[in-house]
Amino acid sequence: MELFTNQVLAGIATGAIYACMALAVVMIYQAIDHLNFAQGEMAMFSTFISWQLMQWGIPYWGAFILTLALSFIAGIAIERILFKPLAKAPILTNVAGFIALFAIINSSAGLIWDFTIKQYPTPFGSAPFLGSQLISTHQAGMIGVTVLLLLGLYFFFQYTRVGLAMRAAASVPESARLVGINTSWMIALGWGMATAIGAIAGMLIAPVVFLEPNMMGGVLIYGFAAAVLGGLTSPFGAVVGGFLVGVFENLAGTYIPGVGNELKLPIALALIISVLVVKPAGLFGRQIVKRV
Amino acid sequence: MTTLLNVKDLRAYYGQVQALHGLSFSLDEGSLTTLLGANGAGKTTTLRAICNMVRSTGAVEFDGKPLNNRSTENIVRFGIAHVPQGRGTFTTMTVEENLQLGAITRKDSAGIVSDIERMYAHFPVLKQRHTQQAGTLSGGEQQMLAVARALMLRPRLMLLDEPSFGLAPLVVRDLFGILGKINREDKVSILVVEQNAQLALELADQAYVIETGRIVMSGNAKDIANNEEIRKSYLGY
Repeated sequence: MELFTNQVLAGIATGAIYACMALAVVMIYQAIDHLNFAQGEMAMFSTFISWQLMQWGIPYWGAFILTLALSFIAGIAIERILFKPLAKAPILTNVAGFIALFAIINSSAGLIWDFTIKQYPTPFGSAPFLGSQLISTHQAGMIGVTVLLLLGLYFFFQYTRVGLAMRAAASVPESARLVGINTSWMIALGWGMATAIGAIAGMLIAPVVFLEPNMMGGVLIYGFAAAVLGGLTSPFGAVVGGFLVGVFENLAGTYIPGVGNELKLPIALALIISVLVVKPAGLFGRQIVKRV
Repeated sequence: MTTLLNVKDLRAYYGQVQALHGLSFSLDEGSLTTLLGANGAGKTTTLRAICNMVRSTGAVEFDGKPLNNRSTENIVRFGIAHVPQGRGTFTTMTVEENLQLGAITRKDSAGIVSDIERMYAHFPVLKQRHTQQAGTLSGGEQQMLAVARALMLRPRLMLLDEPSFGLAPLVVRDLFGILGKINREDKVSILVVEQNAQLALELADQAYVIETGRIVMSGNAKDIANNEEIRKSYLGY
């Protein structure tokens, strides 16, 4: 029983990271109808930036906040420079853009910081949380930060004018323009926020998976799985999906014989395919009906 | 009467296809003007061209200021509220959020709150349903919401694209009554595009008839309604 509780809690902790990645993916998907394959690499690069800032002597939380601000600006810049010109391009052109971005960021990180694995600090420590052996303080911190982030985002989208405008621009762009919303900048803002959310995920998971240019590969796939499971049109669903995937991953790895650590990733992919076959809109997504 | 909206030699294009062929008309401040014409005559395109939602040439002046080369979202800031064909409801958002979105360019939050109450007084059904998702409203209620959303801008000019579309005749009467009241009491100039010519002519002071992207007839709404020849050849009733 203790093993089970332990695995569920650990699953919730990594699920928090998947939830952040899924949320970042969903935010961009809502804005431009494309999956950002480079979301993980952007998060990895942000994490490297924060590591570099700490190497230069800035304390953890200072580096954390500064990285969020830089990531936000970088996200807006990427949208303005690369994806705004592609707004009306066919889907494959956009996919090529995402893959190019993936390759560029991955190689640049390798070029600047090389491919050796680096230790990444945790501000929460790794002692047992509240004296219990079930989860560590870092895992509890991951959950805590994610929950705070989600509450903040909920408040932002539900109770601020900019949040309202962003939701309107994502749901009916033409009407949004007709009430005076600059939808193009709302998309850029979405990119900035998604990049900052990805940065949080990267900085929280880095102490666990260690810092290196390929650290987010697996995490992004789980993030996709979470987003698909929850429904690509629902930020709330993405978060629930994240936690579910985290728990599912851990339980499958523990209890299904032969799965172990090596086969965890195929499980995420199998999950994506099963959801797409059985319930394409996901658990909380809207069924998209198009008039033809 | 001063001219509020002046459109000169408007030509609009969808890709290679030209939809408007040099269309000119004007609208007086405080008037309720209607654009009539058959399906595909270019009524919707005219409204879309005024708000710069299609590629167009020609001059559009609002209150003496040119609107060409301004983006759709900036044209709204002149006080032009456009209710598009199909109503453009934010279906996944609540009724109240739809109203707030109508006022998103305004900065006076106290005024917005009191205007929302004013809209609820105009349209009591919206108050009953203010926390409901707008997509769950009936067609008539959604049209009320669309008009209310446009009024939340405190517009000087309201552009309405086929408000009667898909509504039961009784609901249409109701709606047109409200539009007339808004025009008279709130001093909002209205340009309404309609296929239901009979009803639109009863309501409007001024009317233009469009055929294949050109104005073919203009004048006082009463005169056009009383002219049997025009009615038979262009308006089909």
